[in-house]
Amino acid sequence: MLNGRQHGGVSVTIATSLEDACAALAVEPCPLVLSGGTDLMVEVNRGSRRVGDIVVVNRVPELVGWRRKGDQLRLGAAVTFAEICGSELESLVPALAQAARTVGSPQIRNVATLGGNIATASPAGDSIPVLAALDAVLELRSAEATREVSLRDFITGVKQTCLLPGELIEAVRVPVLDGPQEFCKVGTRNAMVISVASLAILANRGSRRITVGLGSVSPAPLRASDAEDHISPHINWDGGAIPDEATIAHFARLVAGAANPIDDHRSSALYRTHAIRVLARRALSRVLGRLSAT
Amino acid sequence: MSADTYSLKVNGTDRQVTESLPGESLLRVLRERLGFHGSKNACEEGECGSCTVVVNGQTVCSCLVLAESVTGYEITTIEGVADDDGLSDVQQAFIDTGAVQCGFCTPGLVMSVGALLDSVPDPDELAVREAISGNLCRCTGYGRIIEAVSQTVDGRRDDGSRS
Repeated sequence: MLNGRQHGGVSVTIATSLEDACAALAVEPCPLVLSGGTDLMVEVNRGSRRVGDIVVVNRVPELVGWRRKGDQLRLGAAVTFAEICGSELESLVPALAQAARTVGSPQIRNVATLGGNIATASPAGDSIPVLAALDAVLELRSAEATREVSLRDFITGVKQTCLLPGELIEAVRVPVLDGPQEFCKVGTRNAMVISVASLAILANRGSRRITVGLGSVSPAPLRASDAEDHISPHINWDGGAIPDEATIAHFARLVAGAANPIDDHRSSALYRTHAIRVLARRALSRVLGRLSAT
Repeated sequence: MSADTYSLKVNGTDRQVTESLPGESLLRVLRERLGFHGSKNACEEGECGSCTVVVNGQTVCSCLVLAESVTGYEITTIEGVADDDGLSDVQQAFIDTGAVQCGFCTPGLVMSVGALLDSVPDPDELAVREAISGNLCRCTGYGRIIEAVSQTVDGRRDDGSRS
């Protein structure tokens, strides 16, 4: 451990090994896991969150960086969004890289991490729809045990997760798929925007499936399963013909039908549903265009 | 080192932070504990970029960084971008092109532009716009700021061809 300090009854521990991090978390009351801090510090600065003991995990080697093993990627929880959108991951998981590039600003992408985005569990988390569409699996670890949970089981509601006291997210596993991917996001401007609605559409030639993840239109990660079932058999996976306009329009309606949005200060449920339908059509057209071109 | 003291390396020098409170941001520590008032405090939620500093070569919103989480790292503030009492080429270009009006956003913008040009010496306009997309200016608009970036790029190219 590089640094273990106490002041005002609050300790800040900078963990430099996974073992140290887990040991530091295995106390009562459980300290907060801090990675980039871009979500937490907003609340702290505003005075809406009292700071307790903190374990800083973004120097833990096992949480930093990513590696490929066959057709699987293992992304450390402390991989930053800047690392995701400025690396080979752009070609391995294009939709995730696209989503990463829409996170906040360059300053925020330089520190904000994938694991933090997941643990914060905001419905507007930019990585969430992509990870849902990828059937991402999270590797969780505590001093006593390790376990794996799918992203969709991990986030149980608005800012609610099944992370237990003493646990941290160690890594995120996603597949490298054969097929084009697209992420789209609607907000008030291009930069520095919290999404009003977002969507990821991934094509998988291997399983001959289209998968669709939705963002900002439900409390927890959401897939448009009916729309996936509808469109997948209509695609000529060996290249060539793409579905007709009516089939694509029906797909977009089914995607919008899966959304379960609310009215809030950023938008209305009605607009979000409309936006999802437009995004679904647009993203599918782009994916199909590239499917038939390759 | 006492229990409530830690050290931050700012502009090449280790500085002791004492009497800090739990959860203090790097911005607050820079301004209130260490006397670096060049980094500005406006939104405290990462929206405006006026608090931008460079940590280990990368821009960050110092208001969103827990100060103690960057112990041991190289932190550069606007006070550290120029040698001695002069101005950096980026700072001079901002003045020359009229990219400074009220000046509140300027330190953050200079940090963002400096970090961009350190990694991409001749960026296209999209790269410039993306690099400064986290810095809000409400006075001049961005035309003159982008002009300042071009002037810096040209100046460095001329320097390079002369030497």
